[in-house]
Amino acid sequence: MTPKTPSVRALSRYLLRPQASLHSRCHSKPHSRQYSAAAAGARLNMPLEYDSTPLLHHTSKSALANPELPEHIRKGQTKRINLYTAVNEALRHALQIDERVLVFGEDIQFGGVFRCTMNLAADFGTDRVFNTPLSEQGLVGFAIGAAAEGMRPVAEVQFADYVFPAFDQIHNEAAKYRYRSGSTGVHCGGLTIRMPCGSVGHGALYHTQSPEALFTHTPGLRVVVPRSPVQAKGLLLSSIRAADPVIFMEPKILYRAAVEQVPVDAYHLPLDKAEVLKTGKDVTIISYGTPLYTCSAAIAAAEKDFGCSVELIDLRTIYPWDRETVLDSVKKTGRAIVVHESMMNAGVGAEVAATIQEQAFLRLEAPVKRVAGWATHTGLVFEKIIIPDVTRVYDAIKKTIDY
Amino acid sequence: MPFRCSARRLQLQRLPTPCNASRTVRAPWQCRGVASTANAEKVLFPGALNSEFTNTLEFLRPSKSKGAISTYRCLNQYGEVIDKSTGADTTDEEAIELYKNMVQLSIMDLLMFEAQRQGRLSFYMVSAGEEGISIGSASALHPSDVIFTQYRESGVYLQRGFTLAQFMNQLFANSSDNGLGRNMPVHYGSKELNIHTISSTLATQIPHAAGAAYALKLQNAGIVGRIGAPTAGEETTERVAVCFFGEGAASEGDFHSALNIAATRQVPCIFICRNNGYAISTPTSDQYRGDGIAARGAGYGIDTLRVDGNDIFAVRRAVKEARKLALEDGGRPVLVECMAYRVGHHSTSDDSFAYRQRVEVEDWKRRDNPITRLRKWMEGRGVWDEEKEKKLRSGTRKEVLRAFEEAEKQKKPNIKHAFTDVWEEITEEQRAHVSEMADILKRYPKEYDLEGYEGGAQGLDELLQKR
Repeated sequence: MTPKTPSVRALSRYLLRPQASLHSRCHSKPHSRQYSAAAAGARLNMPLEYDSTPLLHHTSKSALANPELPEHIRKGQTKRINLYTAVNEALRHALQIDERVLVFGEDIQFGGVFRCTMNLAADFGTDRVFNTPLSEQGLVGFAIGAAAEGMRPVAEVQFADYVFPAFDQIHNEAAKYRYRSGSTGVHCGGLTIRMPCGSVGHGALYHTQSPEALFTHTPGLRVVVPRSPVQAKGLLLSSIRAADPVIFMEPKILYRAAVEQVPVDAYHLPLDKAEVLKTGKDVTIISYGTPLYTCSAAIAAAEKDFGCSVELIDLRTIYPWDRETVLDSVKKTGRAIVVHESMMNAGVGAEVAATIQEQAFLRLEAPVKRVAGWATHTGLVFEKIIIPDVTRVYDAIKKTIDY
Repeated sequence: MPFRCSARRLQLQRLPTPCNASRTVRAPWQCRGVASTANAEKVLFPGALNSEFTNTLEFLRPSKSKGAISTYRCLNQYGEVIDKSTGADTTDEEAIELYKNMVQLSIMDLLMFEAQRQGRLSFYMVSAGEEGISIGSASALHPSDVIFTQYRESGVYLQRGFTLAQFMNQLFANSSDNGLGRNMPVHYGSKELNIHTISSTLATQIPHAAGAAYALKLQNAGIVGRIGAPTAGEETTERVAVCFFGEGAASEGDFHSALNIAATRQVPCIFICRNNGYAISTPTSDQYRGDGIAARGAGYGIDTLRVDGNDIFAVRRAVKEARKLALEDGGRPVLVECMAYRVGHHSTSDDSFAYRQRVEVEDWKRRDNPITRLRKWMEGRGVWDEEKEKKLRSGTRKEVLRAFEEAEKQKKPNIKHAFTDVWEEITEEQRAHVSEMADILKRYPKEYDLEGYEGGAQGLDELLQKR
């Protein structure tokens, strides 16, 4: 007999064994917690349906139809994996083909707190896959030094929220290394810094942040945010191969949630191209990472309710970003909405909106709308009113079309 | 950060389901805590395995300890070798070379400081009082060892073969400057000499050195193939990384994180601290309260030595020995604290008499400095005299001035270098910016004086054509 509310005894047992969940049913459904459930009368803000979203490749055929994949991959096999496994596979491949690749960070060796580095230390040795002391400035600085001596370090910052101690190293050192070295040609382009980012429903102030805008203000860096396992694998491999330092931000809510068919062999996706996920003619939505799923749900509802047609663009690489694809789309639709999780103030949306205003002014039929986090911090129980949801994107489409 | 740690642990078990690594990887030096028994002689806490129990409640009090860590020296202030059995570890010819380099550095410093005062250079920093540290340590290293410097180590470049022309080109940021005119004066760098380009941000180079040393460790061990062509005449494949920094920079978090990660990864890295008593105006009493920087080494588990920085022979022996140690058993970090006194101003933007007595500086100049100490030794050996000294000084002065004038005449680099090398390739955004700037230059030619730049106002055109 399982009591509905845990007894004090059960609670103390839980405290003794922190791995055990209070409710055994939580094991199978980690996302169906009370605080992330939909409101009783909700029609728009329903839990995101990763199983059926058109943004993920549910069949091998659709995954292999991607024209960006090379010919031999498109003829190859796929398997259904989630995002952390895709990251793991990319790292595994990179370690396999290039002896200069190193994978390190806090708690990497046992597999990482998000399992992204599972079994890598055992298979490639602790010389190449290892734990570092708990110091972000130290491990990023260490990575820069190793990269400057020709290695290809893939450093992990455990949460994007904790990248700030390394901010000086990233902004003043990694980004400027090639520039200041001048004709000596020394650079740290082999560097990739991975970090889980974004909201998870209960991350509060320091397990929720998406600080990409702080890095898009730094020339010399590439900032990449994948939205799916296929992207995570292809973009991470390109990032590791790239000759510029890359900030690779992994939306952690997708680690397990986003599951799709992914080519088994290694492949690379371009670091300077946005992807049009859905074509439309009335309004363009530009986003990246997790909010794309929110946008997709909002678009489905809006198209049904208003009979409009919405184009959805995934930026993929936030900086330097693909202006051409975005501008072409907005010139066609005449309306644009930018959606991201992090704060609106001076966020990526500001840059995209300003560029659209500057380059497509005469084609605009409505102001460029930004749907983003409010200018506040993500207090634990307030997340659902701070992070953009389906309702806010839906309303933005309505307002933009009605303008 | 206890909050953060617990938050992470919480995250660990909440976000993904708990991770039970199928294979646990454990290197030999990793320890596993074993529960202690009631009458065990030693505590077996995993964080300090060798700690013994005590019944005495006694705080470890550095303020009450016997005294400071000793300072190693070979020569006394009169240039006499103290331990005759070890001697000075050098030939007369080699010592004279070192002396000449120190003199050249000090003459270059005097002239360039003056040039800045005349407005011919934008900025300068002298090495006065610390010539022995940079030149002595560089002479004890292998040319293929990788070096990271802070900015008061011009002697390292000089000793490794950076030419007067290269110094001057960098100071004038002219078209021959290998920094392409992007850096402030004194921010030298050289690929051939294996010295990474200086950045103004203090202490950031310390973790870089640890990371570079790790790359070298893997290459030394053959886990990764040698990256980059070996230096000409390189007989050894084993390399170390060397990092210079001042005692002020050692207060930065980067110092802490670098020494810690260097120790945990056991990298062949020599950390050389120049403790010259001041960080701009801040005396060491406001910088730290421990026994200098050397006292921190043991805390990180790093072999450490304090050396008399005014004694070039002591510095050389220390660094030579440190290099041997650093390469032992696959690699380990070593910390060397070189004691000195910053005789000059912090930089040309600083008047140090605002915070220290002129007499204190004069006293140091007169009483002891690395150049006169070596000169006394050479005179004691009968290999140097007043005439040679005069000849060296006037000759060097001429050489420096010739290089100075040569560099001053040269044009500034092409203005395209304002945009290149930010990324490997010019980005679309940059191309738009270049084209906008080129348009401005075309329409307001009189507002910009670009005659002095190589290629003039047309410099940007090349970037626009390249498509």
